[in-house]
Amino acid sequence: MAKIRRNEKREMPALNTSSLPDIIFMLLFFFMSVTSMKEVTYKVQIQNPSATELTKLEKKSLVRYIYVGTPTKEFQKAFGSETRIQLDDAFADKSEIADYIINERSAMNESEQGLMTVSIKADKETRMGVIADIKQELRKAYALKISYAATQRTNY
Amino acid sequence: MAKKIPQINASSMADISFLLLIFFLVTTSMDVNQGLTRRLPAPIPPDQKIEDTDINKRNLLIVKINSANQLMVQGQEMSVKQLREKAKEFIANVNDDANLPKLYEEDFGGQIGVVKYAKNHVISVQNDVDTQYQAYLDVQNELVAAYNELRDECAHKYYHKAFNELDEDDQKLIQKVYPQKISEAEPKNYGGN
Repeated sequence: MAKIRRNEKREMPALNTSSLPDIIFMLLFFFMSVTSMKEVTYKVQIQNPSATELTKLEKKSLVRYIYVGTPTKEFQKAFGSETRIQLDDAFADKSEIADYIINERSAMNESEQGLMTVSIKADKETRMGVIADIKQELRKAYALKISYAATQRTNY
Repeated sequence: MAKKIPQINASSMADISFLLLIFFLVTTSMDVNQGLTRRLPAPIPPDQKIEDTDINKRNLLIVKINSANQLMVQGQEMSVKQLREKAKEFIANVNDDANLPKLYEEDFGGQIGVVKYAKNHVISVQNDVDTQYQAYLDVQNELVAAYNELRDECAHKYYHKAFNELDEDDQKLIQKVYPQKISEAEPKNYGGN
């Protein structure tokens, strides 16, 4: 016969959470390995252009970035809405590009200096006049390997 | 008997690792760095005058983009979609046309052997100051695509494999048959807007 237990209180057994840290750590390591640190905070708005024939930039340590676009809302009061260039964390004039590149390059390992790539991250609405100026500055600084950052698209 | 070590309370471990996880989620970005890679020409020394290098007309494909993002190829209006075919026709010059680049015979060795190829061809991209970046990249993209398609066809012909499946030496050989020559002209001021 089944016993009817009335007086015994039914308590939920405590959940064993001892493996929870391990699971979370695994998640953490997964994210650490697949993602990359944000390089800078954007002060310009950039919508990447799209293209099909892209190549991946292999070594992150060899890549330097130049951001081109219109300033974000919070900076528009101070800097207007004209296309601007951002180097590292600050707005820059195009005349500063050559110095910036030379500085960055001299900070690199000597054997890697020739492999430096400059990635131009520009908004797709940018006018080519600005880009042409940047390219001229890069040539002056002998940073001849460049890459136009773009996102993959499948067709037109 | 060894003394019993008191157990460490690890219940906060999960919270700590959660914090770390969230920190990394916030500070990292998933996007991969990719783009169209290009090589700029070396700068001209300041004491040297800019000379227009004389390139035989038949070896030159001029692609002009105006401020309204319209295309003109060899004096002909064209849409971006047609550009790839036009460029392939120009680079390969299959029928040895007198108006297309001059072909030179060279022995490449390996499985390729003696092949006629357009050694001195140049594709020149000229853009206006007001050209949109996206339009410019579209053109660059199509030109690179033309080269990639030709190289792939070449790989299939001689190796019966896709170009990216070949080993590095063979890839270099094919790159020699179809050398990528896209010139970025010195920016010129054409006047007006």
